[in-house]
Amino acid sequence: MSELSVNHLLGIKYLNKQDIELIFKTADHFKEVINRPIKKVPSLRDITIANLFFENSTRTKLSFELAEKRLSADVINFSSAQSSVKKGETLIDTVNNILSMKVDMVVMRHPNPGAGVFLSKHVKASIINAGDGAHEHPTQALLDSYSIREKLGEVKGKKVVIVGDILHSRVALSNIYALQLQGAEVMVCGPKTLLPKYIDKLGVKVETNLRKALNWCDVANMLRVQNERMEINYFPSTREYTQQFGVNKALLDSLDKEITIMHPGPINRGVEITSDVADSKQAIILDQVQNGVAIRMAVIYLLASKIKQ
Amino acid sequence: MHYLCTPDTFGLYMSQKVLLNAKEVNIILHRLACQLIEKHNDFSNTVLIGLQPRGVFLADRLAKILREDYKVKNIQLGHLDITFYRDDFRRGDKTLAANKTEINFIVEDKNIIFIDDVLYTGRSIRAALTAIQSFGRPNEIELLTLIDRRFSRHLPIQPDYRGRQVDVINNEKVKVNWKEHDDEDSVYLIEK
Repeated sequence: MSELSVNHLLGIKYLNKQDIELIFKTADHFKEVINRPIKKVPSLRDITIANLFFENSTRTKLSFELAEKRLSADVINFSSAQSSVKKGETLIDTVNNILSMKVDMVVMRHPNPGAGVFLSKHVKASIINAGDGAHEHPTQALLDSYSIREKLGEVKGKKVVIVGDILHSRVALSNIYALQLQGAEVMVCGPKTLLPKYIDKLGVKVETNLRKALNWCDVANMLRVQNERMEINYFPSTREYTQQFGVNKALLDSLDKEITIMHPGPINRGVEITSDVADSKQAIILDQVQNGVAIRMAVIYLLASKIKQ
Repeated sequence: MHYLCTPDTFGLYMSQKVLLNAKEVNIILHRLACQLIEKHNDFSNTVLIGLQPRGVFLADRLAKILREDYKVKNIQLGHLDITFYRDDFRRGDKTLAANKTEINFIVEDKNIIFIDDVLYTGRSIRAALTAIQSFGRPNEIELLTLIDRRFSRHLPIQPDYRGRQVDVINNEKVKVNWKEHDDEDSVYLIEK
């Protein structure tokens, strides 16, 4: 297998196990590349990529842009705040206008679930979903699994708990798909109000007691509470959330084993995770960020190689 | 020379001719090792870099001969993958799959010897010359190949050390086999 089964990366749901293995194997090579004195390869010098961010992003946007530049692609950036979207232009029109400038690939973040799938059906370009509403964030899930593989040797058979706001999280859904595809056991943990009603139908364990969840797992992926997506109160106060679902050093030290702590960022220090945990050796948060560049290089390289000349 | 007729995977008959047998490969490897010593002495400022995927077998073998048979102590050996520097990305049907690069030493100001099994169009070497720049600025770069396919170059690249020069037409393929990987040391000319 040296080719992806898909022409777009719209979600982990559309990938198979071999795709993930190929992405990881390719990312291994790119990880070596980005640790060289000169961190750039000329592979994509004839590819132009548009980064369309209809929603705020720091890490993902920088990571994608860096990955594209490390591959020598030409990059154009767009964020909806300073664009004609505000003047009433539709998504297809915006994208088609950009594509008429001969763009080969689109990396898009959008607040609406399914925006990537919709776009892939209507425009001629390879689409990478960089997060669509509360649906999927495939590159984040790939880099999370890749970081687990790097830290623990393999993903298969590992127990991973995703803690926090599962309801509003695209990271959670993509992670559940990715981890299950690789044979890991997944549990979600959070206040009942932030767990989707039929989450158990995805074949994940559900736990509302954080201590029990942490005692069960090898890896805990801590999610942020997405206040910006909440129109109503899902829990009484941030203080109460922290008391029940925040990870601190004392809690980790009281467990029988040392577990690995992950966080997709941005961290709300003192809410879902305390500073001493975020900065401890158990946390691989900054490794995740570094791996993000390698994973995105791999995804872009593999998709770009399927674009016909 | 003996000729063989064997069915290939498509059921077509192709003929293959032995260009070099194990004994001849061995003699050539020792000659190449001696030529390297003549030029590079104790290898204190010289490094060997095998090109992925097939050049690494030759590089590993030469390093072994230099270490064990000629007692050269300071052999530094690396593997360089050129996939991301190739000029045919998106030109073929298949995704170009990468191999491992392992260069655990500094190449700045070093004398580098690129090692590959067959020199054909010269495009891999062109890619390797670009790739190595990512690791620093070497003092000089030389090229060693086991087989030099004459008259088939697309670029002005010639080897500094060659095992055997052969005249091969374009629909023929030169296949180098290594004991470690293919059960025997040999070089075949395969006609399709």
